[in-house]
Amino acid sequence: MIAGLTWLLGCQLVGEVVVRATGAPVPGPVVGMVLLFAVLLVRRPVDDAGVLRTSDALLRHLQLLFVPAGAGVVGYLSLIRDDALPITVALVGSWVLGLAVVGWTVTLLSRTPAGRERR
Amino acid sequence: MSWLLESPLFFLVLTLVAYQVGRAVHARTGGHAVAQPVLVAVVLVGATLLILDVDVADYLDGTELLSFWLGPATVALAVPLYRQASRLRSLVIPLLVAVPLGAVVSVGSAVLLARVLGGDELLERTLAPKAATTPVSIALSETNGGLPELTAALTIVAGILGAVAGPAVLTLLRIRARTARGIALGSVSHGIGTSRALAEDRTEGAFSGLAMGLTALATSLVLPLVLALLL
Repeated sequence: MIAGLTWLLGCQLVGEVVVRATGAPVPGPVVGMVLLFAVLLVRRPVDDAGVLRTSDALLRHLQLLFVPAGAGVVGYLSLIRDDALPITVALVGSWVLGLAVVGWTVTLLSRTPAGRERR
Repeated sequence: MSWLLESPLFFLVLTLVAYQVGRAVHARTGGHAVAQPVLVAVVLVGATLLILDVDVADYLDGTELLSFWLGPATVALAVPLYRQASRLRSLVIPLLVAVPLGAVVSVGSAVLLARVLGGDELLERTLAPKAATTPVSIALSETNGGLPELTAALTIVAGILGAVAGPAVLTLLRIRARTARGIALGSVSHGIGTSRALAEDRTEGAFSGLAMGLTALATSLVLPLVLALLL
């Protein structure tokens, strides 16, 4: 558990340092994710390694971590209400369009036929 | 009693209890899509804050201890991806085409739809980055003349939309491959969509997390260009 946390926080720290040093337009944790992915590919940890178990535990309750930011939306309800129609339509409309374009593009370009991956 | 409404302990317990209620509702309804624990918890906490007239800034300060773990959790998304590494090679080209294309469509359609319905330029700039994960959408709103706080709120709403409706809409769109579903969900609903994808299927969750990261990068690069074209 502690070894796992050390890996996660360490990768995030390196990610944050890299982002600040290079001015890369991505969040530090995303760079940390790429870094940990590379570390895992090189080290090939066993199934019950700390970093794998800690990550699984953290991701099992990923939704919990978004609750504060989500509840924070109540602070902007009046702003949203002022432009409710354009906000709602633009948000939902562009969300559906983005979902469709990405999903269809990946399906079209994937070498494996969609049917074979279905389970 | 006023000390209670400024205490991190109260806000943390409130958030944890609301999340547990969300999980219970999710289990009781047989995993109904609308009963996402995050949505139930957000509604409960939001209503409590309104009723008790709590300053949202106090609540956000008080729950910092919880929000902090979003960073390490994002790093942890490398683990599901590592387990799917064998599938990654054949998806490099589709990812490199679909994610930037998706970013252009997300930004462009948000701007144009807002304009058609009478939104002003400030609103267009505020809506534009909403598909990217919150730290990036906030920064992009700041540098491109939007309202960062409102962008943050709208980004969260786009995420919750994905957690609630994503899988159903993907099925309606006849997108069936787990990889394509995950990539699409992560591209429009970042980490919150990924949390649903992880609950649906391991492959879906892994690729949703990856798409979230790539979308953050792609949106940062294309947003200024799309705004310059449309505004």
